[in-house]
Amino acid sequence: MFAVGAFALPIAAGVAGTLAPAFGFLPAIGGHALTLDPWRELVRWPGFVSSVTLTIATGVAATLLSLIVALAFAAWACARPWGARASAWIAPVLATPHSAFAIGLAFVIAPSGWIVRAVSPWLTGFDVPPDVATVGHPSGAALVLALMMKEVPYLVLMIAGASAQVPVRESLAIARSLGYRAADAWFATVLPRIWRQIRLPVCAVLAFSLSVVDVALILGPSHPPTLAVQAIRWFADPDVRSWFPAAAAATLQLAIVVAAIALLLGVERVAARLGLARIEHGRRDGAGGTVAAAGATFLALLVALAGASIAGMALWSFASQWRYPDAWPSGLSTEGWMRRLDGLASPFATTLAVGAVAVAVSLALVLACLEFEQRRAKRGPPPGLALLYVPLLVPQVAFLFGAQVLLVRTGWDGALVAVVWAHVIFVLPYLFLSLADPWRALDPRYARAAASLGAGPWRVFWRVKLPILAKPVAIACAVAFAVSVGQYLPTLFAGNGRVPTLTTEAVTLSSGADRRVIGAYAVLQALLPLAAYLAAASLPERHRPRRRGSRS
Amino acid sequence: MSAVPLVLESVRLRLGERVLVDRLDVEVAPGECVTLMGPSGCGKSTLLAYVAGSLDPAFDASGRILIGGEDVTPLPPERRRIGIQFQDDLLFPHLTVGGNLAFALAQRVSGRRERRARVDAALAEADLAGFADRDPSTLSGGQRARVALMRALVSEPRALLLDEPFGRLDAQLRDEVRRFVFDHAGERAIAMLLVTHDEADARAAGGRVLRFRDNGRVEG
Repeated sequence: MFAVGAFALPIAAGVAGTLAPAFGFLPAIGGHALTLDPWRELVRWPGFVSSVTLTIATGVAATLLSLIVALAFAAWACARPWGARASAWIAPVLATPHSAFAIGLAFVIAPSGWIVRAVSPWLTGFDVPPDVATVGHPSGAALVLALMMKEVPYLVLMIAGASAQVPVRESLAIARSLGYRAADAWFATVLPRIWRQIRLPVCAVLAFSLSVVDVALILGPSHPPTLAVQAIRWFADPDVRSWFPAAAAATLQLAIVVAAIALLLGVERVAARLGLARIEHGRRDGAGGTVAAAGATFLALLVALAGASIAGMALWSFASQWRYPDAWPSGLSTEGWMRRLDGLASPFATTLAVGAVAVAVSLALVLACLEFEQRRAKRGPPPGLALLYVPLLVPQVAFLFGAQVLLVRTGWDGALVAVVWAHVIFVLPYLFLSLADPWRALDPRYARAAASLGAGPWRVFWRVKLPILAKPVAIACAVAFAVSVGQYLPTLFAGNGRVPTLTTEAVTLSSGADRRVIGAYAVLQALLPLAAYLAAASLPERHRPRRRGSRS
Repeated sequence: MSAVPLVLESVRLRLGERVLVDRLDVEVAPGECVTLMGPSGCGKSTLLAYVAGSLDPAFDASGRILIGGEDVTPLPPERRRIGIQFQDDLLFPHLTVGGNLAFALAQRVSGRRERRARVDAALAEADLAGFADRDPSTLSGGQRARVALMRALVSEPRALLLDEPFGRLDAQLRDEVRRFVFDHAGERAIAMLLVTHDEADARAAGGRVLRFRDNGRVEG
């Protein structure tokens, strides 16, 4: 399995390259002996305890709240015919990079931001922005909110995908005929059966929330920041001795993620027992309905915030003047865009090129995997497939540093090729995850019919499977492209800071540049994947997946 | 449990321009099973969905559903107390056989021991004593069908809708399951509506047979 090796090996090497300096071993900068000094230094850092607490609290809160809201929304939507169509609505949210939302949300909730402006000074009396820290609040609440804006839609989509494998309508009809309200019926008869399929996405969300860097840089507290951000600060320190505590912090980050996933699996067992006991108790109190309504409300709020975040940035990019406390810019013009066009062109082109190449490479590998799987004599997915999920579960900081050391060694750091390769590591799993289901669901009789007409396996692949599945392939590519556009840390590390993309530029600028400039970057960052998604979605549907358990 | 009739009063179902059912009036006596027959897509299952309260809003529907004189038309499915059986038994695979029955058992049966006793009694009635802790997937087709019916019955429905419930069973089993369903539901004097393609089902049901014709006419 070349495709699996293409990223599993570098990740293993990267983690090893991070572990070694965490124990003092990095000959290039004079670390020759194994020692616990990096750990002593990490623990002696005054922000250590608060940073670890903050990391765990924000990561766990973002994951749990996202999961609860997503499940509640799914339970709410199951009895509403248009609830099913909501997934079409949230797909654009998924295409938008985390950092674009974070940048936009920073403006919406800032003391001088849109919400305060909308009610000032006529309601609040704030002639000057209030002196409170909403962005960067020590609790990390803003960070949690921004993570939820992306993670809830992601989980909703995963739940919808998993539900397609279960006869939802009939199960709900049975449970309702037994006296359960729709939301209670969903929690009792659908959730337990789809949990196995959404467990992995939940773990990915947990790993990501615990170790996210770009969103935490933009919205998280800075004194001290989360552990991942502190690791990056140390890595970026001109004094290379700081690499030792940085590696220790990255290693601790990995340990926290592993422990959190183990804890989640433990909690899952207890919750399953309690859930089954409740189901068998026959309680029909409608509690699920209350949770479902609350979840749907919360999701609506998140979508509104997401919309406002991007709209705010779009307005800023066209604003000639937008003073506090005006709720609207005093003038709109394209002048700013014209002036910044030159500066934007290069990161835009880099983003586009890296994304396109990373998607093309990943698509070739994924199609090869899926074809191989179908042509193999043995049925079922080939072994080693689970490794696909590794990049989604291992925190980026934990292996990117080690990978960078390797790249510097080989002289590849800062090359466009290195950036593309780093993107492929993250693009490939998402491409595989979105394409595997439709590919496997294609009725095998098409291929058999073509073969009986004398077409060989390659002709069947090019002339039958690919054209029929054109739309799912395009959608998977759009999803993968969005993943590439959003990459911050891999771009920074593999590019050694010398390959600026829209995302790296936007995150760098977010810490204090003119909002009109930030707005332009954030808007482009959001538009590029959205355009790809809309182009893919506009393709005609040639293939209706077989639906199990549905009948007239 | 009181035996009550199920009444459909001038029920009309349309999908766009197409009239599926036009002015249907039926009274199903307690313990009686009225059979609805007709070609595929004629609206038989749609009619059952309307009675159950789970009709897709794409349909235009009017007319009243009365159970024991109570108009349940405005009620959501969960408050109608109308049981359903589909072609697939739809036993929940994440619950044991006993768990499936316990889920259906009314909430007012309280206490673990009392609930367990009721589940065991229902299983014994279905000749499945001792099956409570089994995984439904380990049961034979006939056993699953019996559990599915008991699940509907322990929730004490006031009427029972049978949507081609014997369609997936092989000929020999079909006879046995049919008898089981009509005996046990009949014993409880529950009004039943059966949708089927199979004349033998209608004969076994022993009640009136209504046939769907074109333009939504239904003839007895």
